[in-house]
Amino acid sequence: MSAAVIELTGLTKTYNIGTPVETEVLHGLDLSLMEGEFAALIGPSGSGKSTLLNIIGLLERPTGGQLSFAGRNTATLPEAEITQLRGRSIGFVFQFHHLLPAFSALENVMMPAIIANGAPSDALEATALQLLDAVGLKAHAHKKPGELSGGQQQRVAIARALALRPRLILADEPTGNLDTRTADDIFALLREFNRDSHCACLIVTHDPRLAARCDRVIRLVDGNIADDLPTA
Amino acid sequence: MKLRLPFAPLVALRFLREGRMQTLLILAGTAGGVAVIVFLTQLITQLQAQIVDRVLGSQAHVVIRPLEETNLRAIDDAAFATLIEPRAQRLRSIDQWENVARLAADMPGITAVSPMATGPAFALRGQASKSVALMGVDTTLYRRIVRMDEYMLAGRFAVEGPRAVIGTELAKDLGIGLEDKLRVMLPNGRDELLQVGGIFDIGNKDLNRRWVFVTLPLAQSLLDLPGGVSSLDLTVADIFEAQAIADRLKGATGLTVDSWMQTNAQLLAALRNQTVSNNLIRSFVVIIVALGIASVLVVSVVQKQKEIGILRAMGASRAMILQVFLIQGSLVGAVGSVIGSLLAFGLLQTFSAIYRNADGTPLFSAQLEPRFIVMAALVATSVGLAAALIPARRAARMDPVQAIRS
Repeated sequence: MSAAVIELTGLTKTYNIGTPVETEVLHGLDLSLMEGEFAALIGPSGSGKSTLLNIIGLLERPTGGQLSFAGRNTATLPEAEITQLRGRSIGFVFQFHHLLPAFSALENVMMPAIIANGAPSDALEATALQLLDAVGLKAHAHKKPGELSGGQQQRVAIARALALRPRLILADEPTGNLDTRTADDIFALLREFNRDSHCACLIVTHDPRLAARCDRVIRLVDGNIADDLPTA
Repeated sequence: MKLRLPFAPLVALRFLREGRMQTLLILAGTAGGVAVIVFLTQLITQLQAQIVDRVLGSQAHVVIRPLEETNLRAIDDAAFATLIEPRAQRLRSIDQWENVARLAADMPGITAVSPMATGPAFALRGQASKSVALMGVDTTLYRRIVRMDEYMLAGRFAVEGPRAVIGTELAKDLGIGLEDKLRVMLPNGRDELLQVGGIFDIGNKDLNRRWVFVTLPLAQSLLDLPGGVSSLDLTVADIFEAQAIADRLKGATGLTVDSWMQTNAQLLAALRNQTVSNNLIRSFVVIIVALGIASVLVVSVVQKQKEIGILRAMGASRAMILQVFLIQGSLVGAVGSVIGSLLAFGLLQTFSAIYRNADGTPLFSAQLEPRFIVMAALVATSVGLAAALIPARRAARMDPVQAIRS
């Protein structure tokens, strides 16, 4: 039996508390994500997908309910520990890659480790090179993000998300602005790492084709989980 | 082996390099500010030192004189005379001057003591008669008060027997040269035939006309001051301590003690005003440079919003982001101060080549004291750090979610 990486119970999120425009975006969600699971999060725009992803990614704090990360209740953790936990245990892949333009592909992949260790080292560089090799970009290691194509940039972003061997990978429409073939490549890459490293993956997507290729599809509608079904 | 910078300096340097134009502009601004400060400070320090040096070139730092004579009321209560004239001040000796001289010589901060017997006289030759000040000195001691050797045009600064040292203007007025004779006559009727043993030019025509140096015993006998001296000239180690030393001596001896700072109160006030205006200019430049660095960094924080969000999402703490921007500020200050010091050096070279004294020597020297460079580097780096404080805090407080989304 594998352990839960993320466990949500009665999770709510309200914006603009105490103002006339107070709005509850998430209405008491219960959800857990197991080690090695590869799940898609789908739903119409405005359903709260991004908010949920940010909360799971420890970028935002929930208003109510509980969020446990690897068995630890995050509500009681101080800001500094949350930041550290986020850096070491969660890998982000954003829709628009969000690489640092001033740094080379290699340095971008090294960055989470540089932050965690305080400074770069030869060992970190070797690991980052391996990761770039695994996403097929070893030859482009010293190029800046601006010199890479969209698909290549997204691969660098995936390599970066994997840099610290995180327990959870969160991807916000990772293939949103890529053509179908490149999108398939990127998806396959995520799938492969999921199998190899046994980390949990949660992927926000609008693409039903991709969602169908995940193990499980969670559909969010108006801040509630409408259905949560394993794919056939 | 590559140089491996830790996270904060690594990111700070990259951000600066990425915003090339901004970085260059703010570096130029900082360097300009530093150049102005270093150049002004060096220039004014030098010019002030020169002025003080010139003024003190012909006078003692501290002079001890006898107390002024005052009327002692000897009239009893019943008397009616109330109109009292101030007493005329006759030439008197300092009471027990040798003890006073010893006391002064032993006082810390005093480097030389020279006794002098001085009084008015006329220098005569043929039909010409000039009013002069007869100065009886021990030339070996007096050298340490006024550097007479540097001012000699002819002969030596040494007196013995009837030999005297006079100024170049007096020599001209009387039409005499080295080894020629002149007669001095005193108000008390005494006179003496002197022989010119040296001619000086102290750089002040009045003094060149008035000063006639003779031996101390000769002046004492001519002035009716047997064994006495009318003043003690002192040199102090730190010229700006002169007033404090004068006050101490006054307390110890009860005599009249004047320092050059009192005698030249106006000059000192002028120097002080100059220092104040220099400080004002420097403060304004510092403020402007600080505002410049701060405004560029504020813009940079807004531009780097997304990057800051990404770094935060990857686990960078608020403190790390704060460091990144603080380092940028101090780097701009430090590098700016290096460039600024070079600029100041260039300015000094140029201006010392252009501005010259009437005699063709440079008005000021082109050298730059290292302490000013160190000072500029320290000030600029801390100003950069301080200026970065507000932008850095803003960056550190940024909400990563909003930063990424924008």
